[in-house]
Amino acid sequence: MQRYDVLVIGGGHAGVEAACAAARMGARSALISFDLGAVGAMSCNPAIGGLGKGHLVREVDALDGVLGRAADAGAIHYRMLNRSKGSAVWGPRVQADRVLFKAEVQRLVQAQANLDLVEGEAAALALRGGRVAGVEFADGAILEAPRVILCTGTFLGGVLFRGEERFEGGRVGENAATRLAEQLRAAELPMARLKTGTPPRLDGRSIDWASLPEQPSDDENWTMSALSERRVNPQVFCAITRTTLEAHDVIRDNFHRSPLFSGAIDAAGPRYCPSIEDKIHRFGDRDGHQVFLEPEGLDTHLVYPNGISTSLPVDVQRAVVRSMPGLDRAEIVEPGYAVEYDHIDPRALTPDLQLRAIPGLYCAGQINGTTGYEEAAAQGLVAGLAAGGEAMGRAPPKLDRANSYIAVMVDDLTLQGVSEPYRMLTSRAEYRLRLRANNASSRLTALGIAAGCVSEERRRWYERREELRARFIAGFEREVGAKDLVDHGLKVRRDGGQKRIEEWLRHDGIDLTVLQPWIGENVDQDLELAQEMAEDAVYAPYLARQDAELQDLRASEGLALAPDFPYAQVPGLSNEMVERLSDASPPTLAAAGRVSGVTPAALAALLVHARRREAEKADSAPKAA
Amino acid sequence: MTSARDGGSTIVALSSGAPPAAIGVIRVSGPKAKGAARALVGRLLEPRRATLARLRDADGALLDEALVLWFPGPRSATGEDLLELHCHGGRAVVDAVHRALVALPGLRSAEAGEFTRRAFANGRMDLAQAEGLADLLAAETELQRSTALASAQGQLSGQIGEWREAVLKLSAQVEAALDFSDEDDVEELPEGFTKSLEELGRALGNWLSRARAEKLGEGFRVALAGPPNAGKSSLFNALVESEAAITSPIAGTTRDAIERNVSINGIPLSFVDTAGLRSDSEDAIEQVGIDRAKSELDRADRVLWLGPEGEGPRDAWEIASRSDAADFEPKAGARFKVSAKTGEGVSELKVALVKAAGGTLPKPGEAALNARQHHLLSEAHTALCAASDSTDLLIVGEELRTVRLAFDRLVGRTTTEDMLDALFGRFCIGK
Repeated sequence: MQRYDVLVIGGGHAGVEAACAAARMGARSALISFDLGAVGAMSCNPAIGGLGKGHLVREVDALDGVLGRAADAGAIHYRMLNRSKGSAVWGPRVQADRVLFKAEVQRLVQAQANLDLVEGEAAALALRGGRVAGVEFADGAILEAPRVILCTGTFLGGVLFRGEERFEGGRVGENAATRLAEQLRAAELPMARLKTGTPPRLDGRSIDWASLPEQPSDDENWTMSALSERRVNPQVFCAITRTTLEAHDVIRDNFHRSPLFSGAIDAAGPRYCPSIEDKIHRFGDRDGHQVFLEPEGLDTHLVYPNGISTSLPVDVQRAVVRSMPGLDRAEIVEPGYAVEYDHIDPRALTPDLQLRAIPGLYCAGQINGTTGYEEAAAQGLVAGLAAGGEAMGRAPPKLDRANSYIAVMVDDLTLQGVSEPYRMLTSRAEYRLRLRANNASSRLTALGIAAGCVSEERRRWYERREELRARFIAGFEREVGAKDLVDHGLKVRRDGGQKRIEEWLRHDGIDLTVLQPWIGENVDQDLELAQEMAEDAVYAPYLARQDAELQDLRASEGLALAPDFPYAQVPGLSNEMVERLSDASPPTLAAAGRVSGVTPAALAALLVHARRREAEKADSAPKAA
Repeated sequence: MTSARDGGSTIVALSSGAPPAAIGVIRVSGPKAKGAARALVGRLLEPRRATLARLRDADGALLDEALVLWFPGPRSATGEDLLELHCHGGRAVVDAVHRALVALPGLRSAEAGEFTRRAFANGRMDLAQAEGLADLLAAETELQRSTALASAQGQLSGQIGEWREAVLKLSAQVEAALDFSDEDDVEELPEGFTKSLEELGRALGNWLSRARAEKLGEGFRVALAGPPNAGKSSLFNALVESEAAITSPIAGTTRDAIERNVSINGIPLSFVDTAGLRSDSEDAIEQVGIDRAKSELDRADRVLWLGPEGEGPRDAWEIASRSDAADFEPKAGARFKVSAKTGEGVSELKVALVKAAGGTLPKPGEAALNARQHHLLSEAHTALCAASDSTDLLIVGEELRTVRLAFDRLVGRTTTEDMLDALFGRFCIGK
């Protein structure tokens, strides 16, 4: 019988990252999927990145993940969202050709050392003594492994809704893993239901593109992955249309036929990308909502109308689509639908996404109550690095809220749980100024190299870049006099004195380009790096202030709360507080402070009690002779 | 061994003033308070009702007849089961009852501040309220009492709660503009955003410009100055005699000059008698004294100048002293004519000083900021102003986050143990 260190169930974005990350850590790993041909499929929107999500893509990439490279391989449209704001909230986003994207994912998965691909229906977990021992297949075969990562997405107890119709399954045409769901239910894990949805897919040949405003690809050369040297595909344009009052009336007339309002679905959907019927229901006064028409690929006519996800009956969908400018003769190829699915309350997970109740079982992706490819991929990475690291006796990169969006997400999920599908937002990251999409490599790649999860290729790239950084730093430390700048036509006060270039960068209207003559190094050698460093200089005063705050935070990170911490015995904690803390099981006092609803008073009580327990432990520990 | 600050044990302390007194209130807080009631009183008590009961020790010996109150947690002052024994206030009685209590298993004497610390830990009060209570218990003057009471009752906490809500709302607007502007359901910053920001900044500014709580402890400083033998010491004595002395000068300040802290009509005043000022002194030691006197004059809120007219510090009150003396020299611009010997003008001067002091001290019934609170509120204020000045939404968001952090620290939403120790160390045992 074959034995593995890590088994990953599911070949979506979470599963792919989990399997590859575990394998990169050196663990013997296998990825199990119903259908290996579907590995790397994009089930929803053919776009990767966006606000907050682009950060996750870059961070996964910085730790040598798959998503960024696959996105570039499939990209047919690049757009930097939020360009008008500060760079910390820029959101790199691409439209990807489904076929090219999937092909690149499969190529990378197949090329990954230490990773096997196994086709079959994972029917149940093999458990031994309360621990994970492997995976049982529908045909009775068993693969043994002490660690299993569940990346089953909406396949877990998924039900599709379209108007009055119901189907069991995750994506259309695939089986839902209901046997596994039953097993998890039997383990009495805390579970709940959420819903998500997709819009109808349109036939691009039936769209009157000429009548619609175009949204071209950015004419710059940035890429999603640091390792992609350039854009490889022809770039297409998207178009923008709007819902109309006529469409809103049609939707309103058919609310009763939507499973959302008929009571068939009562799970919470995302507030942030709601279905069109939800938008009409909640923002009824608006005269229209933007809809982006996004081509799904170079060799397909399918178009994804972003903004009208729906579970209304097919005839209503058609009426709504055809009421929009440019779509009056549009054909629906595949109608939209809603999916209601089970997820595990992520507060049942440790910070490395392992279920406390079943040691050895990790969960990543939609199963943890998140939405989006990027969120899924980032969790897969975390679980894969942790499981792989544990197998090899090596620590995974230490991620925290001050160094990555990935950790912000995991921390939010495991401490606060979810009440709606969790989507990454820049506002979730309190140290946002230091967590920019464009400095992900600077923040994380060195940690990845130290942990051993970064390939030779990326390590060399990073080291070359660090050498250049050292030279740029020397250049940025050079001093320039105000007079000198004025003599070159720059608008600064002549009596501004001598300042280092990094200080001048904080002045309005002074940037890298105008300072180039004094830097001594040509910033064009790596303009992205130079710009990143210039932004660091601009934000430096704020980062210094945050450093003091982080010191306090890390001090309270130092007070550990064991998983079996007896919250019920802490005097003065209300039953509600005991329940919240026990559910989330925060690893440290600082984490306890982030559990939702935990009051300052409860924290103080906890602090006092935790210190007392520490003192008792120290006293009862055997003294060294 | 158990740390003294744990929340698991049951603590005992005399909560009223030192015996002998009319009554001695002994409080017992913690899980064994109920057992303690049963042990001493011999029966269960009705919650929140005063009962007359005989207290007996473990051997059945009668200790006292006392009024007993039973407050089951969490609806009690500490949030725990709480027993109050109102005994006769003689030293022997109080000692005997205290001894009988701490002899019970699981009961021990409380440490300073422990009752309040438990009340804080159990959510009965937040940090600003606890600070107010510490001040309240230390209050020696009516004005100190009434400002501290305002804090203890949550005046500052309530205000911060309101500001916090307002800042959260502003933050949400910034975050929406940052995270959702590309999705057409969210507009840019709403109109009136900057105005709300500025209004909030002004509200904080007003609080910051209020008189500080420390001022209550230091009192309004009045320095008596003038050349040697100008009558400073006699006037000093006339001003402070028969007034209630305040015994707790603020620690850490050096007082070389003679200083008395008194409470006049509930207002704390601090009178300082400086060394005689003479600019031609060649005696090195005397020179040191004179330098100190000068710095005292700088520190004072008001200088009473007893020397030749016009030669005192600016804004000093011209005082014509020794109005009873034969060689009395009236001053044309004298604000007061006084005689320490006959008492002429002294009470008028006191009334004027109390009036002047009132303007610089916190208003009665208004919570005043202590140094810690003032520092954090200034931080919030600075960040609010910076947010108003910035056009970069990211920076606005970051500044607003700083404001929220400062508010959280003010009410103890984020606490460090050091700070808690420092605070609760200020309490007398039993509070």
